[in-house]
Amino acid sequence: MNKETPLTLLDKPNSYVGRTLSRDSAKRAVAGRGRYTDDIMPARTLHAAFVRSPYGHAKILSIDVEAAKQQQGVALVMTGAELAEMCTGPWVGTLVCFDGMKSEPQHPMAVDRACWQGEPVVMVVANSRAEAEDAAELVTVGYEELPVVIDKETALDKDSPVIHPNLGDNLAFEKTIETGDVEKAVSEADIVIEDTFTFGRHTAVSLEPRALLAEYDPGTERLTIHTSSQCPHMIQAVFARTLGVPEHNVRIVAPDVGGSFGLKIHTFGDEIAATAAAIKLARPVKFIADRLESFATDIHARENRVKGRIAVTKEGIITSVDIDVRSGAGAYSQYPRTSVFEANQILNITGGPYAHENYRASTQVVYLNKVPTSQYRAVGHPIGNTVGESLVDQAAAACGIDPMEFRRRNVMRDDSYPRVSAAGIEMRDLSHQKCLETLVERMGYDALLEEQAEYRKKGIQRGIGIAAFIKGTAPGPAGYYGAGGAPISSQDSCTIKLEPSGGVICMVGVTDQGQGVDTVMGQIAAATLGVPMESVRVIEGDTDAVPYGGGTYASRATAIGGEATYQAAMLLRAEILEIAGVLLQAEPDTLDILDGHVVDKGDTASRISLAEIGRIGHFQVAELPNHIQHTLSATYRFRLKDALYIFTNGIQGAYVEVDTDTGFIKLLNHWVIEDCGRVINPQLADEQVRGGCVQGLGGALYEECVYDSAGQLQNATLADYLVPMAGEMPDIEVAHIQTHTGVSELGAKGVGESGTGAAPAVVMNAVNDAIRPFGGKVTAQPMSPETILKALGKV
Amino acid sequence: MKAPKFNYIKAETRQQALELLDQLGEEGRILAGGQSLMPTLNMRLSQPGTLIDINKVSGLGGITLEGNVVRIGAMTRHVEVANSPIIAEHLPLIAEAMQHVAHHAVRNRGTIGGSIALADPAAEMPACVLALGATLVVESVKGRREIAAEDYFKGLYETAREANELLVEILIPVEKLGDVSVFLELAQRHGDFAMAGLACVARVSNKTFEDLRLVYFGSEDKPTLGTGAIAAVVGRTWSADCKEAAANALANDLDPMTNLQGSAAMKLHLQKVLTGRALDAAIERAGAA
Ligand SMILES: Cc1cc2nc3c(=O)[nH]c(=O)nc-3n(C[C@H](O)[C@H](O)[C@H](O)COP(=O)(O)OP(=O)(O)OC[C@H]3O[C@@H](n4cnc5c(N)ncnc54)[C@H](O)[C@@H]3O)c2cc1C
Repeated sequence: MNKETPLTLLDKPNSYVGRTLSRDSAKRAVAGRGRYTDDIMPARTLHAAFVRSPYGHAKILSIDVEAAKQQQGVALVMTGAELAEMCTGPWVGTLVCFDGMKSEPQHPMAVDRACWQGEPVVMVVANSRAEAEDAAELVTVGYEELPVVIDKETALDKDSPVIHPNLGDNLAFEKTIETGDVEKAVSEADIVIEDTFTFGRHTAVSLEPRALLAEYDPGTERLTIHTSSQCPHMIQAVFARTLGVPEHNVRIVAPDVGGSFGLKIHTFGDEIAATAAAIKLARPVKFIADRLESFATDIHARENRVKGRIAVTKEGIITSVDIDVRSGAGAYSQYPRTSVFEANQILNITGGPYAHENYRASTQVVYLNKVPTSQYRAVGHPIGNTVGESLVDQAAAACGIDPMEFRRRNVMRDDSYPRVSAAGIEMRDLSHQKCLETLVERMGYDALLEEQAEYRKKGIQRGIGIAAFIKGTAPGPAGYYGAGGAPISSQDSCTIKLEPSGGVICMVGVTDQGQGVDTVMGQIAAATLGVPMESVRVIEGDTDAVPYGGGTYASRATAIGGEATYQAAMLLRAEILEIAGVLLQAEPDTLDILDGHVVDKGDTASRISLAEIGRIGHFQVAELPNHIQHTLSATYRFRLKDALYIFTNGIQGAYVEVDTDTGFIKLLNHWVIEDCGRVINPQLADEQVRGGCVQGLGGALYEECVYDSAGQLQNATLADYLVPMAGEMPDIEVAHIQTHTGVSELGAKGVGESGTGAAPAVVMNAVNDAIRPFGGKVTAQPMSPETILKALGKV
Repeated sequence: MKAPKFNYIKAETRQQALELLDQLGEEGRILAGGQSLMPTLNMRLSQPGTLIDINKVSGLGGITLEGNVVRIGAMTRHVEVANSPIIAEHLPLIAEAMQHVAHHAVRNRGTIGGSIALADPAAEMPACVLALGATLVVESVKGRREIAAEDYFKGLYETAREANELLVEILIPVEKLGDVSVFLELAQRHGDFAMAGLACVARVSNKTFEDLRLVYFGSEDKPTLGTGAIAAVVGRTWSADCKEAAANALANDLDPMTNLQGSAAMKLHLQKVLTGRALDAAIERAGAA
């Protein structure tokens, strides 16, 4: 049942919550006043460049750095072995929650073997990046090429080369989950559909690349790192431990961050190297990945092959789903988050919107001589949703049932929560039915079907796609990271303070990468306290300033950090009202705060301003009785209790036109109805969904890191790795159903990945709808023109 | 991604540029709009010793109509070509093609001379000048030389221009009254280099192609005249049979390159599709004229 959510402070008329306000940082960015890591240039800064392995797999026989050292402007040349000596030990990218997982220890730079093209081998640090690159060209490395493992399908074959002999084979991890009885369901089903789906490798392509500026002060023994990161505290822990610097001596600052999409929740060897150089030289060292390096070293993701099967009755009721996932990781499991989350998440969510009870899902994650893989926006969801939703469409077609109606019959009912999904995950506060009916209305579904039929008569092939989805957001501590042994916090905190001026400082562990996290936290704080937005300053991204937290990943900032901010503000509000009560001789619960003033509840006339409370509370404390020792600040920490995630749900619709002669796809319209619980800032939520969709559409249509059989990345430039551009994107209509999550008072769930998670599924369904009359079907992404033409038998 | 060291000389006059080119030989490289050259420098794919900047040299820009010929200076920016009334009126093929050249920022700097000097196989302007029977004028310290477009494009980034020669202007005969032109290309994203493309100039009367030039780009190592396809069409009344004959003949005209954008087979298929569409459009445009 969706209980009526009780009205809270946040629901007041004119509340900042539920209102569109422009992002704080937008103004600065537009005025050219952004301050990104590369904009920070301390005196005597040096610049790092790297010699990287030109081979997919090679033994390092010799390294000659003498000529490079002689070059003008060069301050340091460091090999992988020299760097390893400065480190406490290699990384091992496993987590105890992934039973049986194995990974080879990985040094920040290759020591005697390079395992992917682009792996750092030697670092050159010089007065300028250009001089560092000049010198890097003079480093000679002797290599002996080793056989490469490139194809995930054959990586486990007996005669396959093994990348890490210590591991015995190329298997990183395998897992099966099983509920109910799939074989029985399949044998009893009226219709069984089976298919195989393949997904290309992607990478995040953030506008601002990875960037780091490390400074070490031998006097104070402090290490300060400015870096483009989503998770400053995680970076603090990993860098401190890897380089043997006490954690409390390490300060991480994430200034403006130009996009991240999961890329910047990871740690990279070249960044450790640049930091080591700063310690060794006691000079600031900067490393900014260029675009080539970004393609060849930023985490990759999405390379999977999935065999899927769905069983249904002829009435169109799903009785079972089963999948087998072969996931292609890179040369090492990415530390500290691993390279197996994606596969694990595919198992968690495939077929997730539906009420069936028989499910089996298995995966094998294999090592390949490619860039290590890890979390990228909507981890695993684009794959699980595409597989599930394509099978659902094919089943609907086989039953002769309209795909919308088919979903209507199968989605979990809105009054059935809490419940456990077939994958064994708790689901609560979802709204599949409401979202589906809203989509029918927003798309004008029946009229669209008629329009499609009219176009068919004219020889124009348009397709309508639908894809229901679930999305795991805001993971809890019972799940993976903390419990798995990684120094990654799943709680988040807010410290909020009333200043003597009446201004409010709100320090949060969650971080902003351009999506407006800071603005949203400010809105929650201002609404809860009852102060104008202008009097709230949000501070984030500095481990010296903010309380400990996980940062921003997995659509958690508003769901977790937002609740922490709300509760901290509630605590501060209570302190303020208690002091006001003393000063005004009133019961605190007869008072309210409005626009920066304490008022009588229900009235608007100021009885005392917060500035006055701040002044008295900090300076004229003698005016207060001795037992009032309030600090005018509060800290609150929030985490999920038992749940693995706060799951959200939604449904997308797409309308496309396929040119069956050229294989070109034109995106006409796109709809997203999603339920992220309470919406704090409608425009920012909409734009998260839209941007997320575009990223998903890019993957579905254009993007792929292409490797040749020798392990050479073929398209490491933006001319060859095609990201979506505005001209090709459709209008994206967004609507929110707001079923508040019951796990917090704020009621917000995550929203940042919902577009990405299902956009590839819905566009593939639409394309297949368009070409179905010709007997065509695509099951591979990206859906390039050639893929479409092949599906149509034209080439 | 920082360029290696190079010398930079801003040429003040055409004569100075020519002398520098002559002295420096392979070591010198002309810098026009820089939109193709700078990325290759930054990626260290080419390491010329000296860049000779011709942006300030006078007399290398501009579009003028001289009798039946449009003269376009090599340094004319893409944006000027795209906005030129002379081009719109007398060379509608180029006006149509310009819509496909890169993006606004690139068009503001990139030059038609740079495009033709570079001879990227997927670029639009080389195909257009070949389709229109243009003449490319190059100059060295020894003097001026005119090269017919047919003789100019030699292969992948290879042209008849010598290392000591500057491309100074492009002379293009105006499209004749009654002729029609059609420009088609396929790129996954607007403004990208083409996967397949076609520049078509035709004289049509009574649904019959009396004269026709079809130049293919994107699929080949250089802009390529579809001689077989042209022969299959000229003199015949346009029909479905005729369309099929043109497509069949194309298999002998073209030898597409497989690359990241697709296989040779797909590119041949796309060029066949574009041929049919371009000729349909030509018939339609001729009818409307
Ligand atoms: C993102 C992007 C997208 C693009 N898309 C397209 C596209 O769709 N279609 C397209 O056609 N182009 C495209 N381009 C290329 C663009 O049009 C270039 O501007 C053009 O190809 C080269 O012109 P330029 O003036 O910039 O030449 P430069 O980069 O300055 O020079 C290119 C080469 O030509 C030589 N050169 C230049 N001028 C002369 C001359 N007068 N005499 C002798 N040699 C000379 C230079 O020495 C150099 O070797 C794109 C470029 C970018 C960056």
